[in-house]
Amino acid sequence: MALEKKIRELKEKREKMLLGGGEDAIVKQKAMGKNTARERIMSILDPGTFNEYDMFVEHDARDFGMDKKNLPSDGVVIGTGTVHGNPVAIFAQDFTVAGGSLGLMHSRKITKIMDHALKMRIPLIGINDSGGARIQEGVNSLAGYGEIFFRNTISSGVIPQISVILGPCAGGAVYSPALTDFVFVVDNISKMFITGPEVIKTVLGEEISMEALGGARVHCETSGNAHFFASSEEECFSQIKRLISFIPKNNQVRATVTEALPPDASYDIEKIVPGDPTLPYDVREVIRAVADNSDFFEIQEMYARNMVIGFGRLGGRTVGFVANQPMEMAGVLDVDSSDKAARFIRYCDAFSIPLVTFVDLPGYLPGVDQEHAGVIRHGAKVLYAYSEATVPKVTVILRKAYGGGYIAMSSRHLRADFVFAWPTAEIAVMGPEGAANIIFRKEITSAANPDEMRRQKVDEYRDKFANPYVAASRGYVDAVIEPSETRRLLLHGLEVSENKDVQLPWKKHGIPPF
Amino acid sequence: MDKRETGKLIIDHTSYSTTFSRRFASRKPYEPPVPGRIQSFIPGTIVEVLVKVGDTVREGDVIVILEAMKMKNRLISHLDGRVVAVNTAPGNRVTKGAVLVEIA
Repeated sequence: MALEKKIRELKEKREKMLLGGGEDAIVKQKAMGKNTARERIMSILDPGTFNEYDMFVEHDARDFGMDKKNLPSDGVVIGTGTVHGNPVAIFAQDFTVAGGSLGLMHSRKITKIMDHALKMRIPLIGINDSGGARIQEGVNSLAGYGEIFFRNTISSGVIPQISVILGPCAGGAVYSPALTDFVFVVDNISKMFITGPEVIKTVLGEEISMEALGGARVHCETSGNAHFFASSEEECFSQIKRLISFIPKNNQVRATVTEALPPDASYDIEKIVPGDPTLPYDVREVIRAVADNSDFFEIQEMYARNMVIGFGRLGGRTVGFVANQPMEMAGVLDVDSSDKAARFIRYCDAFSIPLVTFVDLPGYLPGVDQEHAGVIRHGAKVLYAYSEATVPKVTVILRKAYGGGYIAMSSRHLRADFVFAWPTAEIAVMGPEGAANIIFRKEITSAANPDEMRRQKVDEYRDKFANPYVAASRGYVDAVIEPSETRRLLLHGLEVSENKDVQLPWKKHGIPPF
Repeated sequence: MDKRETGKLIIDHTSYSTTFSRRFASRKPYEPPVPGRIQSFIPGTIVEVLVKVGDTVREGDVIVILEAMKMKNRLISHLDGRVVAVNTAPGNRVTKGAVLVEIA
């Protein structure tokens, strides 16, 4: 009898907590097109697998009337569950409770689940929906953020960390997502900025809406802070689950191997890339033509589109694809695309995901803005990331591979394991036009017909050097292959590299050109 | 959503057909700095203008005091010369790069 009563009491207590900030607040949350914290968690996790902890945690702030305020679960929901049957740790800020504001106990709940995730070597998913620091708790809120950032950093490269921005995430709070591996945003719901429109207006006199300043589209297209754009929370949740299907649960194990499915037969790999190196095409078609089931999960699709990155599978094993995109800015390397590729390469290397690189680029983007924006330092990140990566690296040169761009894109010289080139490849210090103009300047300017002479010299250079055979004759290219042999050779290259073992000299850590 | 400019990108004398990124399409041509221009290096509010048209100034003279982020910044002349234009007044809010005073 007594037990029954106690169980009933527990149920009542739980029911109360499950309501979060109460029915009115939930109605408001829904009116914004947002789910509640617990609904979001359950939409991501396998059905019935969520176990919540610290439901009854309370704050102990006393100032500014906080001693009279009861904040259910202190505005954040934490727990563990599974995704595709694999355990994950998860937290979700509850906007219905004091605007999801972060106080000391709120942060302690988050750091508790972060510690769990790191200790158990399982992925961490954080759902951010918070007005920011709980001002009433003063410096304790700041301490809370700091403890979270520290753990994000220490866990980086050990367990996957995923941030989901489903509401405001402003001020210092933005640095937790920024320190994690992947940031998901939803149109019209996600808002991220360091200083909001109000402050910008009072201090600088510039007027801008929240959406234009730090909405989902801005962070996917312009700032590059976010990796995945969705139109609804539901779409976002399915993207998260798809991402998790590709990545391993920590840096000691490999990603789950699935059944090896052939690419869609409708892709004709010989018909994708035009022979003329100045004509554009969509390099993602090449990726789909070789990937298992023609399935390619693109990352940062809207940012620096001249570089394509994402996951796919080859023979059932996850690989990271990196490819120049000729249909966008001719596929050049520039500040943003270098940054995008380098970070992804380091992610793959940290989590033992082999890298497959498709090369077709004319070089670096010329321009004052690029030079002044530090294209030297940013471009160096690609060299650094590829050189440092010890995962299997297989490179396929499709067409142009000129100059510094050739070196940077996973060349033999940066220790690619296999470098293949299509017969359409042009591996040279620069394109025939540029090279001929420099090498034969005298002949051209002193000729009776300079244009005619230029054309002749360009053709001469093209015949001699705009091909894969010069590089192949030095062993920089392992094999010149037919496009139709690409998948077979990629599979073989990865199979051979399965137990690749490379030891780098001992160091505390390198100093990448951040 | 995705209507972006297409065109030719020239790299090392070769012309490539491609789509331009928005950032590239909207880039501003480089302008070398003009030493006689006193410009706001940060958005803010003008506190004081210490010169008027016709004044003679020397290199290092304080021309304008610009308040931004709670700091009062002294904008100084980089050359000896004469003030030919004053485009602002105390209390004005200015954007980054606004030409406040011109010295020739």
